Amino acid sequence: MQEIHEKKIKYLEYIANKLREDVIRMVSHAGSGHIAGPLDMAEIFAAFYFHILNHDPKKPDWPDRDRLVLSNGHICPVQYAALARSGYFQLEELKTLRQLGTRLQGHPHRKVLPGIETTSGPLGSGISQAVGMALAARLDGKKWRTYCLTSDGEHEEGNTWEAIMFAGKNRLNNLTVVVDRNNIQIDGFTENIMPLEPFRRKYESFNWEVVEINGHDFYDIISAVAEAQAVYEKPTVIIAHTIAGKGVSFMERNYLWHSKPFSSGEAEEALKELRTLGGKIRSEHE
Amino acid sequence: MLNPEAKLNPKLFEHDIEQAPTRNGYGEGLVLAGEANKNVVALCADLTESTRAEAFAKKFPERFFEVGVAEQNMATIAAGLGVTGKIPFISSYATFSPGRNWEQIRTTIAYNDSNVKIAGHHAGISVGPDGATHQATEDIAMMRALPNMKIFVPCDSIEGKKATLAAAHIWGPVYLRFQREKTPVFTTEATPYVPGKAEVFWETKGAKVLIVGCGGLLYNSLLAARELEREKIGTIVLNSHTIKPLDEKKIVELAKKCGAVVTVEEHQIAGGLGGAVAEVLAQHTPVPMEFVGMHDTYGESGQPSELIKKYGMDVKDIKLAVKKVLRRRK
Repeated sequence: MQEIHEKKIKYLEYIANKLREDVIRMVSHAGSGHIAGPLDMAEIFAAFYFHILNHDPKKPDWPDRDRLVLSNGHICPVQYAALARSGYFQLEELKTLRQLGTRLQGHPHRKVLPGIETTSGPLGSGISQAVGMALAARLDGKKWRTYCLTSDGEHEEGNTWEAIMFAGKNRLNNLTVVVDRNNIQIDGFTENIMPLEPFRRKYESFNWEVVEINGHDFYDIISAVAEAQAVYEKPTVIIAHTIAGKGVSFMERNYLWHSKPFSSGEAEEALKELRTLGGKIRSEHE
Repeated sequence: MLNPEAKLNPKLFEHDIEQAPTRNGYGEGLVLAGEANKNVVALCADLTESTRAEAFAKKFPERFFEVGVAEQNMATIAAGLGVTGKIPFISSYATFSPGRNWEQIRTTIAYNDSNVKIAGHHAGISVGPDGATHQATEDIAMMRALPNMKIFVPCDSIEGKKATLAAAHIWGPVYLRFQREKTPVFTTEATPYVPGKAEVFWETKGAKVLIVGCGGLLYNSLLAARELEREKIGTIVLNSHTIKPLDEKKIVELAKKCGAVVTVEEHQIAGGLGGAVAEVLAQHTPVPMEFVGMHDTYGESGQPSELIKKYGMDVKDIKLAVKKVLRRRK
């Protein structure tokens, strides 16, 4: 991973904004799909696909690539947008999300789309699959790293903690988990549905290194990943505090937008807000 | 008479025939697979000795992973290994794997097409005294419903070894079913074994009933066939060791030849071997059928032989089923 500088940050911010626009267009066009999670993970996806990952979109099966496992598959619109914008396939294909015959399934499927490392959707089994990949790399003496992007709600699943326990026991230092701590899930706020706090202490007690960051700050994201790479004794979790629905004022922090479809005019309003960066600049489309 | 081409154990009908549980074949096959290919790895959920993964764990400690009592984690870690160039074998009791972790197997192994081999042990009611919680009689049905999944049910420990080795060579998800109790070792190293290809073990000239079996109960089917022949009732006994993909061609051909079919398995009738055979025959050559197996009920504690008798899977039950189907045969 290269050093980060001001110019690159500006570029990543531009990408994150584009990913948000893509997500809104895709979900609006499809008529269904998840929106809050993909919006709040835009910076993290931009950071991974455009800076952190050692990957080659022209050679998606390159054996020595870093692996990025998306555990909470329902936020796949932002991953599809990141894959397309980093060169895995044409932007045009994003319009096919959730349509018959598409490679962009409602939840991601490894067998049909290059760049998808594993099929996901049912929650709580991403970290353990990432553990399997990290074990394979260790067995083969390979330097590539495994990253698992997951959600806070998924930590209600037993399988998640089974994987955390196993990775702690086996000191999988080539595994980094990033948790989208957006505090929402379908039925409401996580701390009302099933409290996760003290979240940090839970991971620490399972023998993980814990870093907490602002999930919308590129310096934070990139330096946390660099720190994870430097930790030799154990796996690292980056708890990324995010604002659900980030970037669109009427969606932010509202759990109802977890998977609510757009009503008439809402998608346009959201796009306008993104294009003007919340009214701070004039949109090129106006 | 026994099919000479099957090259079965010449001591097959003698009382002192060697006995061994089919799970021993898993242990032996796993070590051989590990020797042949360094990408073979094994995982176990706190049942390393009883699922016979122990020999592999001792020989290849760096390729063995103890996951603790966590079958969902075992299946999903294996899924990750299986898409990263490894050939993972996971073992536990079948009620837990593929029982408890069915969704993980569905999504991350079968649909995801990860190269994972699932060994379900202590299958059937012959588990005995542990009772119904530990007697898997639904596992074949659960695995049969999954696209991409193959299912092997070995009839003795030698076939268990061959099935395990074959699973390592075949790309993609495989379910292997093993039993706890000792059963007669009636095949030999020379007995033909090709996944997907059912083998005739017994054939009476002019046979009127086809007996299709799998697992340890195939031995009871051979004992029944021998007694029936003495009573002038001719049968063919077919070893359908691969439930998926089923050897449809052979089953249809022999069902046409005989005109009636009995299936024999230590599993629920619904969704098991019986169900699979019935589906094929209904499409291609509907003939009268009888089903020996678990009839929509759970097992209970008891000695294996007592349970096999009580739940109607003994030699006399197979003979009765043959006679019953014969009366319905046109």
